[in-house]
Amino acid sequence: MVNIVWLLMIVVGFLSALFFGRLEGTTQSALDGAKYAVELCIGLLGIYALWLGLMKVAEKSGLVKIISKRMKGIMTALFPGVPAGHPAMGAMAMNIIANMLGLGNAATPFGLKAMHELQNISTNKDVATHDMCMFLIINTSSVQLIPATVVALRSAAGSANPSEIIGTALIATTCSTLAGISAAKLLKKYS
Amino acid sequence: MIEAIRIISIVAIPALIVLVLGYGHIKGVKVYDTFVEGAKEGLTTVLRIFPYMVAMFVAIGVFRSSGAMDFLVKVLAPLTNLVGMPTEVLPLALMRPVSGIASIGILGEVLKTYGSDSFIGRVASTMMGSTETIFYTLSLYFGAVGIKKARYTLIGSLLADIAGVAASIIICTLVFGR
Repeated sequence: MVNIVWLLMIVVGFLSALFFGRLEGTTQSALDGAKYAVELCIGLLGIYALWLGLMKVAEKSGLVKIISKRMKGIMTALFPGVPAGHPAMGAMAMNIIANMLGLGNAATPFGLKAMHELQNISTNKDVATHDMCMFLIINTSSVQLIPATVVALRSAAGSANPSEIIGTALIATTCSTLAGISAAKLLKKYS
Repeated sequence: MIEAIRIISIVAIPALIVLVLGYGHIKGVKVYDTFVEGAKEGLTTVLRIFPYMVAMFVAIGVFRSSGAMDFLVKVLAPLTNLVGMPTEVLPLALMRPVSGIASIGILGEVLKTYGSDSFIGRVASTMMGSTETIFYTLSLYFGAVGIKKARYTLIGSLLADIAGVAASIIICTLVFGR
């Protein structure tokens, strides 16, 4: 899908440039775009290094494990089909917490483990269980505590206050996660 | 409430840095060595997203300066105006669920063109921080365990995504003003 969209943007772009008589300017922006990508990536380097360094410390100290252990009550309410103490619960909690901290690379292995565990207690192996649906809806709408990439991009683009969107993003991401959980609960009822 | 949102923005990063490093030290992690080890990954991460950045910047640059973007914006404006969304953030809203890396490129371009501290820039940033990649994640997770029927997962995820976009517009209007 991205392949088609990308192709269309370029082909339709150059065709309409021809139509509007802006071919030279458009060629220039293509070259400028490539150049700016380099500048932006250099701007991103420092903040990414800072963030990934910090997250390495969070990972090694076992912070993710500690927080996920405290989530038992919420987890049983969200995933009623999973027996208490089942390994799927732990893996899902670890995945959700890692996602919240922006540890995408650490989150994926836990998420895949959770899916395997959920599949083990599923009776129909071709069809997603309600718990799988809920887990993935939460995963794709996960609450992000610090949108580090966005802050880095804003800083690289010369923002006077790159972190000013952390609060608004936190509220918006909470809304989206709550909407996802409500949708999953409702859809479960009517499916 | 609005003041609280501003305060969260200011203290979030310093609080997390102190908390993570402090907790790491208590747990016996060599914080400096570990930090440096993790920071090395910054380089590989940026190298990984660089080609996607070039691809998106070139494509959007062409699409924008050719006049095609203006045309699209004009056509779609009645629709986005209806929900109070700045039309300029529409490409980001559409790309976000499809590809995380491509949407990083789009956000970078939006911030460069309209400015990070403009209303458009703030809404785009908030949206990017509150929504997630959907299609790739679902195919990865369901594919890994051989699920063929995802049932209502996609609809639920898309509803959550739309809620995130709507919430971003409303909250940015309240906190920053238009």
